[in-house]
Amino acid sequence: MKLRVRNLIILVFVSVTIYGMLLMIAELPPYGMPDNPVHNEVSVRYINEALEETGVLNMVTSIVLDYRAYDTMFETIVLFTAVLAVVITVRASNGKEKGK
Amino acid sequence: MRELIDKLIVNYPYVAALIIFVIGAMTVLTRSNVFKKLLGINIMESAIFIMFVASGNIRGGSAPILNGNNSEALFINPLPSALMLTGIVVSVSVSAFALALILRLYRSYGTTDLRRIALMGNEVADK
Amino acid sequence: MKDFILKRIASIVLPFICIYGFYVIFHGHVSPGGSFAGGIIVGLSFIAFSTIYGIEKGRKKLPEKVLVYAESYGTLWYGILGLVGIVKGVPFLANKLAGIDMGAPGALNSGGLISLIGIGVGIRVASTMVTLFFTMMEEEK
Repeated sequence: MKLRVRNLIILVFVSVTIYGMLLMIAELPPYGMPDNPVHNEVSVRYINEALEETGVLNMVTSIVLDYRAYDTMFETIVLFTAVLAVVITVRASNGKEKGK
Repeated sequence: MRELIDKLIVNYPYVAALIIFVIGAMTVLTRSNVFKKLLGINIMESAIFIMFVASGNIRGGSAPILNGNNSEALFINPLPSALMLTGIVVSVSVSAFALALILRLYRSYGTTDLRRIALMGNEVADK
Repeated sequence: MKDFILKRIASIVLPFICIYGFYVIFHGHVSPGGSFAGGIIVGLSFIAFSTIYGIEKGRKKLPEKVLVYAESYGTLWYGILGLVGIVKGVPFLANKLAGIDMGAPGALNSGGLISLIGIGVGIRVASTMVTLFFTMMEEEK
């Protein structure tokens, strides 16, 4: 179909989606209150015992590199795999000629 | 209607994240250049990170870093910030691989406009 | 004219950016930052140098063998440091259970394995950025 008709239909769908999502955002717990369900006993444990169990002053580093060090190890493997995939894809097409 | 707008003004970071997400989604759907679609995907991922990190804030709290004399203050939740570091690394990997595929597409078809590639059909010119 | 201004200013500013990146990596457990952000700052200083002065000079500063070693051994360093826990009989990647001395909080060598792992991850992320840039700028033969 033509370009303007397609853009108009996309605009109508996105407007309906925006209105639905605004109704959902009004149901979320209010922003910044200390008794939200996000702050449960996991974060209380991490804040209170980070200094004597790990010995570093930065709480985010102690979570990323000590309490959850296994996830960071797999994430460095993901970065290595991405670099490997990029080098193989680009070098395999360097030998072919450029079309047209 | 009146209390809907009042509740939305209290949750202003989530409304900002929604606006940025919709801008990214419209860019992916309406542009026909492949580079602009990739930038739209990057904008959508930024909106998701804003929403997650803003959900751990406490009004009146301070940054979760101890120095010698503030062990009794109110600290914000450090857990969503630490979880989104992994997400940022995944976003960088996906963008890098998408750029390598776009390079391959350009060398095979000679153009980066998706409408002209769809019209070319089976005239792929690689050896 | 534009080239002249860029080259003169870059030759003054870029070494300080590189040292700032290393500062963020090494002090990752005392002040905000950490290994990922510091690694990207160091990588971007090398990419800026290679953009302004040309690809050949950039490749002479970081030849391909150095990048391959930094990338591969940076990933292996993490796994080898995790095996320290298994040698002593506690779970993999354990820090305090393995009996390593923690040190005074706030000093640069506190935290046991955390600072060593952070340096390895930082160098690895910098090498990733520079490898991706040099791969995409290759001419075809």
